[in-house]
Amino acid sequence: MENLENIKAEMLASVAAVENMKGWDDIRVSLIGKKGKITEMMKSLGSLSAEEKIETGKKLNVLKNEIEQALEKKKNLLAEQELNVRLAQEKVDVTLPVRPETQGRIHPVSKIYEEIVAIFGEMGFEVAEGPDIEDQFHNFNALNMPANHPARQMQDTFYIPNKKSDDFDDSYVVRTHTSPVQIRAMESRPLPIRIIAPGRTYRSDYDATHTPMFHQVEGLVIDKNITMAHLKGCLYDFVKAFFELDDVPVRYRPSYFPFTEPSAEMDIGCLKSKNELKIGSGTDWLEILGCGMVHPNVLRAGGIDPDEYQGFAFGMGIDRLAMLKYGIPDLRTFFESDVRWLKHYGFTPLDFSSMTGGLNNNGGSAR
Amino acid sequence: MKFSLSWLKEHLETEASVEEIAETLTKIGLEVEEIYNPAAQLEGFVTARVECFEKHPDSDHLHVLSVNDGKEKLQVVCGAPNCRHNMVGIFAPVGSLIPAFGEVLKVGKIRGVESFGMMCSEKELGIGEDHTGIIVLPDDTAPGLPAAAVLDIDPVIEISITPNRAECLGVRGIARDLAAAGLGKLKPLNIKKIPGSFVSPIKVKIEDKAACPVYTGRYIRGVDNKAETPKWMKSRLAAVGLHSISPLVDVTNYINYDLARPLHVFDADKLNGDITIRMAKNGEKFVSLEGKEYTLDDKSLGICDEDGVQCLGGIMGGAEKGCSPDTINVFVECAAFNPVVIARTGRKFQIDSDSRYRYERWVDPNSNVLGSDYAVQLITEICGGQVAEPVMDGEENFESKAAYIRPSRMRDFAGVDVPKGKIMEILKNLGFSVTDEGERIKAVSPTWRGDIDGEQDLIEEVVRMTGLDEIPAESLPHGKFPKQVLTPVQQRAVTVRHELALRGMYETVTWSFTDSKLAEMFRKSDDAVLLYNPIASDLDEMRPSLLPNLLLAVKNNAARGFGNVALFEVGPEFYGREPGQQYQAAGGVRSGMTAKKNWIGDVRPYDVFDAKADALATIAAADGPWENVQITTDAPSYYHPGRSGALRLGKNVLAYFGEIHPAVLKKTGIKQRVVAFEVNLSNIPLPRSTSGKARKKLELSAFQPVDKDLAFIVDKSVSAANIVAAARNADRDYISEVRIFDVYEGENLPEGKKSVAISVTFQPKATTFTDKELETLMAKVEVEVSKKCAATLRS
Repeated sequence: MENLENIKAEMLASVAAVENMKGWDDIRVSLIGKKGKITEMMKSLGSLSAEEKIETGKKLNVLKNEIEQALEKKKNLLAEQELNVRLAQEKVDVTLPVRPETQGRIHPVSKIYEEIVAIFGEMGFEVAEGPDIEDQFHNFNALNMPANHPARQMQDTFYIPNKKSDDFDDSYVVRTHTSPVQIRAMESRPLPIRIIAPGRTYRSDYDATHTPMFHQVEGLVIDKNITMAHLKGCLYDFVKAFFELDDVPVRYRPSYFPFTEPSAEMDIGCLKSKNELKIGSGTDWLEILGCGMVHPNVLRAGGIDPDEYQGFAFGMGIDRLAMLKYGIPDLRTFFESDVRWLKHYGFTPLDFSSMTGGLNNNGGSAR
Repeated sequence: MKFSLSWLKEHLETEASVEEIAETLTKIGLEVEEIYNPAAQLEGFVTARVECFEKHPDSDHLHVLSVNDGKEKLQVVCGAPNCRHNMVGIFAPVGSLIPAFGEVLKVGKIRGVESFGMMCSEKELGIGEDHTGIIVLPDDTAPGLPAAAVLDIDPVIEISITPNRAECLGVRGIARDLAAAGLGKLKPLNIKKIPGSFVSPIKVKIEDKAACPVYTGRYIRGVDNKAETPKWMKSRLAAVGLHSISPLVDVTNYINYDLARPLHVFDADKLNGDITIRMAKNGEKFVSLEGKEYTLDDKSLGICDEDGVQCLGGIMGGAEKGCSPDTINVFVECAAFNPVVIARTGRKFQIDSDSRYRYERWVDPNSNVLGSDYAVQLITEICGGQVAEPVMDGEENFESKAAYIRPSRMRDFAGVDVPKGKIMEILKNLGFSVTDEGERIKAVSPTWRGDIDGEQDLIEEVVRMTGLDEIPAESLPHGKFPKQVLTPVQQRAVTVRHELALRGMYETVTWSFTDSKLAEMFRKSDDAVLLYNPIASDLDEMRPSLLPNLLLAVKNNAARGFGNVALFEVGPEFYGREPGQQYQAAGGVRSGMTAKKNWIGDVRPYDVFDAKADALATIAAADGPWENVQITTDAPSYYHPGRSGALRLGKNVLAYFGEIHPAVLKKTGIKQRVVAFEVNLSNIPLPRSTSGKARKKLELSAFQPVDKDLAFIVDKSVSAANIVAAARNADRDYISEVRIFDVYEGENLPEGKKSVAISVTFQPKATTFTDKELETLMAKVEVEVSKKCAATLRS
């Protein structure tokens, strides 16, 4: 027992020399196990005198503590080493691609719909709707276009025979514009009226710039004191918000629509170059919508007294707005369902449009 | 409507440039579509003198010139027969763009002699038709002057005329509007009245004065229709895009475009008897000058002789009695027609003509004598002949209805103050007779304006002339605060689109039309909504389903090499032809593999459960009761009968899903499997709004749920949903969830049987379950499933 220090050094050295958990356990058993060296030494205390017993017992306890600590430390070290070995074995090539996921797309027409709704919603408009197949009253007559009106020829109309009548004037039409929703809104809504009506429209025309189906949005404001100045202000506010510019040069040209008078077409300033169209500056003008003060005959057809109420209406092409804002070159491609086109010109599913969060580019990058 | 600057100046005294004129036209509502100014293409072209003129050594007709372009002398090879020594012409230097060819001129080598430029003809410069020789300028013209400065160039302006401005379908109407806008002075018309020297052998009689209030005729004898139409008239007609045909045709065309005044000329020798203007008889035949035969009805107006209808009044002349080069005696018609009669007949027989176009809009009903006189003057000037005394039925006494404008309405309606004096001046300049009546102005429109009806028309005239720019822009005042901009029904379409896009599908927009040959497989009602006049034979039906177009999209993408597709559309489906017989539907297709081959191996073909998931997700996104739908196996016949289903609430079908029937794929021309779904958004009930927005209180259990598994053997025909429902209903208090985790058919099972394994979640409430309680609950499940599904527990 005199050379307790030597024994300790020996024991510590054996602990330090352990290489793995198996060896560590063997050492632990051999030192502090039931038959371990220190345990045996403690057992042998019985043969000593009471005085020696106390003194040696103390020393042995100190020794045991030290060895236990050394073993614990060694165990942690070994565990860490073994973990490191395992981690090294578990290494994967993280440059490998992730599991395949597809992010879908929202069609530009739907995107523009949401943008338009966001802007006009901010101005107090509600969204109204009407059927795609219309009667001639709503599509033409009520809009101040009686049967033989030459303006009807401006719109190459698709007709659907009426089974109940052979008279061609009773046949249905596939609506040539969203304007019939004006009449339906007047018929069904309380005054004052402030609506937009986006939807599909149809004309028998198919070339580089026309498709037999396209999208329009109609606007209608009816109140007691609405003037043409409000028409201009409303549309000016719209184009600035829509093109997300502080200012857009606008120009109004007198025009003609049977259902409005005075009527006008609105152009926006732009710069046309060979491959690009830049909205908001430059020397060129681009027509974007038709508008005017609602014709008294139309108000009457909608059951509204034109001596008491007045207002304005406008209509514009949603597809065309999409082409202008997002630089889509060909109208026909909108309806071809080409997945390459949809992926390229479509919008991410999280790209919701609002005046608070922004009209676009808030849906993250496309994947 | 096109016209040349020189033609406009025939009616308008103005110093304004083409650009100023164009700008004003657009400002007053005559929108300029294009300006063709040949001068713009002549940059670089200069006058040049031919200083040497020698025969080409290797050609009989070519010459080698030395040309002085004011700066240097250049060798040019020229083949023009009218080229001569010392003449001055227009020279195109190397590098200039020749308008007629659209090509840049290069150094040429013609039969061994180099040529450094070209002497040009009118045609080559795009300023005329003459290409018989090069342009010859006066000999004293200095060389080196810009070509545009010395040539007689007549720019052409093209404008679009709205249907209300019929008088501007004549150059004079345009000139009048420009004059009113302050751009010059309208010149007086200078039309000679040629007195008749004999009595007209043809008389006229109108039977229907409502359809034709006035008809004038002029007989001219001894005309030469082989005479040459004068160059000025030819070039003006060319400017509007009309070819010269014969003097008689050219004159009527010219007056049509000059005064917006249609005319017709008969070969008088072919007419049998007098002219009667009457409604045609039902079934009466008419052959147009285009050679097409029409069977008329009693609402069509005919200009007739004793042989029948020779001219469809105001629309088109007949083949039989028209003029030919050999015509000698003519009868010139100039008449007023009722626009509604013209429009109806034109529409009925689908005849388009310049004449119909004008008459159905408006032709000054008091311009018949004027037009007739002008025609007679021009015809006799060009073709000679002696003129008979005019014949006429009806009176030229049309009076426009008075309209009134309150000056205060300019501010209160148009949003811009215009003083009364200014309003009166504007209207006067446009030809109105105006009277100040104090609070209002009385305005009687000129007879050439058929579009003035009420105050709004007069306001428009004033706005047009003062300029829309004068109206200030004023933001809309705050209106009532809308409850919701989009109605719940509209909003759920938006949510559905975003949900389906999040599910990896591309939104597409396809035609509302489809091919009836495909549509017939998809119709859900008896009414095939076919178009009367489809634009193409494969776009002839209003689609009864979104699927035919989506299937075609799959086919087209596959043909481009993109066989893995997931597409959806939200839009209308039509079940009848009456307005409103349409649903709003959301539908989608998936075809091919879920992904391309990849290292992780996460690839499988799309199957019916993808389509079912899409359908359920759509119903959920539309705020529909997706958890409560019943699943039945009665999808329409265009689906695979064993791999399709319907999602319904009782009788109300919300959705169909499944694999598309192979026969349908074959007919569509698709070679790969397609799964599809269609949700009828219109059928999804809106959530009850009465319950308010507050959610049900959350009841959380303090005890862990217990999952227990059970496997049953059932007939193959037993549907999984029934097993789940039976298990779920075994105890409504303690069973919180039932999931199917295995379905097995095959070895170790009796013929016609399958094994379905379910995992049941038991949720304790007040205390944890004792073993006994759990056993009782599981026994309840076993009994219930065995009873409802003829099942036995698999040991």
